Amino acid sequence: MKTHDVAIIGAGVIGTSIARELSRYKLDIALIEKEEELAFGVSKSNSGIIHPGTQNPPGSMKGCLCVQGNALIRKISKELGVDFKEVGELIVAFNEDDIKELLRLKKEAELLGVPGLRIVDKDWLEKNEPNLNSVAVCGLYAPTAGIISPYRLVYDLAENAVRNGVEIFTKAKVINISRADKYFEINTSLDLFKSRYLVNAAGLFADEISGMLGINDFKIKPRKGEEFILDKKKADLARHLIFPLPSKVSKGVLIIKTADGNPMIGPTAEDIEDKEDFSTSDSGLNKVLMSARRLIPSINDKDIIAYFAGLRPVAGDDFIIRHEEKCPGFINVAGIQSPGLTASPAIAVLVANILKKNELALKKKLIFHAHRKKTMHLFEIPLTKTQALIKKDHAYGDIVCRCEMVSAKEIRDAVRRGAKTMDGVKFRTRAQAGRCHGSFCTTRIIKILAEETQTPLTGITKRGRGSEIVRGGRGLIND
Amino acid sequence: MIKRDLVIVGGGPAGMAAAVSAYENGVKDILLVERDQYLGGILNQCVHTGFGINYFKEILTGPEYADRFIEKVKNIPEIEVSLKSIVVSLMPDKIITFLKPGRLETIKAKAIIMATGCREKTREMVHIQGTRPAGIFSAGLAQKLINIEGLLPGKEIIVVGSGDIGLIMARRFTLEGAKVKAIIEIQKETRGLLRNMVQCVEDFNIPVYFNHKISRIYGKDRVEKVSVCKVDDNFNEISGSLFEIKCDTILMSVGLIPENELIEMAGVRIDGNKTSVPGIFMCGNCLKIYDLVDWVTQDSFLAGKLAATTIELLLKPGSHSNTMGAGLQ
Amino acid sequence: MMKRLTCIECPKGCRLLVDAQDGKVVKVTGHECPKGEKYAISEIENPVRILTSSVLGRELRLKMIPVRTDKPIPKSRIFDAMKEIKKVRLTRPLKAGDVVVENFLSLGVNLIATRKAE
Repeated sequence: MKTHDVAIIGAGVIGTSIARELSRYKLDIALIEKEEELAFGVSKSNSGIIHPGTQNPPGSMKGCLCVQGNALIRKISKELGVDFKEVGELIVAFNEDDIKELLRLKKEAELLGVPGLRIVDKDWLEKNEPNLNSVAVCGLYAPTAGIISPYRLVYDLAENAVRNGVEIFTKAKVINISRADKYFEINTSLDLFKSRYLVNAAGLFADEISGMLGINDFKIKPRKGEEFILDKKKADLARHLIFPLPSKVSKGVLIIKTADGNPMIGPTAEDIEDKEDFSTSDSGLNKVLMSARRLIPSINDKDIIAYFAGLRPVAGDDFIIRHEEKCPGFINVAGIQSPGLTASPAIAVLVANILKKNELALKKKLIFHAHRKKTMHLFEIPLTKTQALIKKDHAYGDIVCRCEMVSAKEIRDAVRRGAKTMDGVKFRTRAQAGRCHGSFCTTRIIKILAEETQTPLTGITKRGRGSEIVRGGRGLIND
Repeated sequence: MIKRDLVIVGGGPAGMAAAVSAYENGVKDILLVERDQYLGGILNQCVHTGFGINYFKEILTGPEYADRFIEKVKNIPEIEVSLKSIVVSLMPDKIITFLKPGRLETIKAKAIIMATGCREKTREMVHIQGTRPAGIFSAGLAQKLINIEGLLPGKEIIVVGSGDIGLIMARRFTLEGAKVKAIIEIQKETRGLLRNMVQCVEDFNIPVYFNHKISRIYGKDRVEKVSVCKVDDNFNEISGSLFEIKCDTILMSVGLIPENELIEMAGVRIDGNKTSVPGIFMCGNCLKIYDLVDWVTQDSFLAGKLAATTIELLLKPGSHSNTMGAGLQ
Repeated sequence: MMKRLTCIECPKGCRLLVDAQDGKVVKVTGHECPKGEKYAISEIENPVRILTSSVLGRELRLKMIPVRTDKPIPKSRIFDAMKEIKKVRLTRPLKAGDVVVENFLSLGVNLIATRKAE
């Protein structure tokens, strides 16, 4: 058995960011994930917002890491070739009381170091956000807010981490962990791992992992958020991320621009018990529609093409990022709810520093490959560029998903770069994510996946074992 | 930029009929753009009978109906067919762009006929509560998997909606050895054709629940069960009527919607076979959902003729003004 | 014995009331045209259906080739027919209308292709 210097449990955006950050140094790193693919836990239902740092109390760890992360993500997205768009955000006020609250938010955010904040008046709103409810009186404009694809960020971080020597293990669910002889022994459904340091980035299950090492002083409470995605033809619904004033438990129902072009409305915020309850509800939809229409009255529920629910891993009000003195070498990175995606690069740097403080030698590699070649997506580029691409590789002109314009080339690339499931292909390419919901392209994608991964057609799954798409067929056995 | 007299988008029954009709009405330069590798569109997967009673006065299967038009199209050299070609942009000035393996083409047409068909409403459009596991298919996708790919989507089936595709697929699954446990229809009666109720449902004793709807979908990785309830006249749940059915597959057959995003995004308004842009026409299911392909054919013949008239006027502006001139002299 | 049927000869869908004794039709009412009576007799005395399905191709461009019986077959034989259809492997190219299986199940009907397969 190989011994790793650092094992990281959980390959969401947090675990993957940490792995990539640590891959700068001369370390053997194992990234361990229980799901079939990366980003299949909390990260897959992330809204994709890069927050400016507003709506966080001054002095909070999350506020501070959010502002740092917002700055870092720009460099990282460039290095990795992930599109980051600085679209800016608006927090909208509807009356006098709201304005007071807005000013308070502005002051707090400025204390945290959020740049460029300003109050914009009704005229500005009418000119710059024409679909906004005309009842709005003014807004807090934060220009540094942006959007990114949360899954493509994870996949590209992981690809770059692997290039720099990180080993990733999927379908490895942790069963128990023991500490013996200055090493952690991590027993998983895939294999036994041994490491000197252990980072717990297990999202919803971080409390359970921590409990395996006797640290039981926090509990992860799932907070469900239902989100509703609108047709791409409504891409111009909003020009900014639009927020109402935040409540105690969430930032409220938002109008979200996404890196994929489809506007999204949501999320709800509901504390639940079951860590695997990803169901959506009629009441969730009604709540979101009502709240979203307060911001943009013209939203039509007929434009909703998809919906999903995600669970925020809540452990109190702030993030828990700390070395556990009771268990030397063990670092908890837990309770990373919003603004976790934004904070992720800053969290990674913080974890590297914590490791260093606890006597892990961080020696820079002679060669660290900071850059990766940008993955091409036809939906992101103008037709003139598409023409050049098709000339270079004919398969760019072979469109598989017509609602979202995804070519056979992009799907094959996605599979060659690690997609193993239909959802993995969807998150990477957007194929099946459009208005027909895969009615037209599912068969073609199943065939490409089967061919590329040398799997029988009946073995292709939506998101891992047990979620097979088809259950039989003609001429499959003894034929 | 390449110039063509007529570009037809879609090589299903509508596009093929429009092409034949345009040719017969005098158009001699026609490009038929089809995204699939074959002509025929959705008819290719409709292997059941029931097509052509009105137009061919015979009962044909979908592929047979398509085949007759495919042969016609092939025998007209003036109709050029471009397969595996997907239109990505339509401009109101009749400039159309499509992609195909190895090429992006932009064409300026004198007239365009949109014959892009329709798509099925999804579970997402009718808002069913619950989880999102594998095993939820539109009826048309299930049809394609079974009839074109030879794959069986599941073994214990619930059909949501009693549209024709749903009824036909209930029979198809039964014939393939799967168990269709129920057809759930929110309306008082079927939306499908009578003959399908008789030959697809009654023949195989498949239970149909009218005035019922799916209340929730269960299952983490794959569909495990659904809960079903009775509804009142406003489609609201009648309390106490909830019951569960175990299943591994849900087929959605809750209606079709015209696929006219290209037209919509070009800002073009639809007005019957015509549109707000002279020279852009529509026909078949992208204009209106027809329950028989025979009517699609008829509708598309008309669109072909309208396009021919437009092109004729454009081709002979001289003749028109000359006559006027002659009159003045 | 009285039996209710819906005529499906045309989209009108006449509701038929059939009086049948020992599997033979004695009287039909409710039909608006002669097709209705014929349909009722056929449905009671010898119900038949055109069977449509697809068969597996081998080394053809299409994986599945759609087929149908060229004449209706007894309803009671439909599942036997499906068993046979699942065994068929089509290896030669053919066009719509060509016979795939002659005298299918010895029923005096042919199984024919409904699409060109190259």
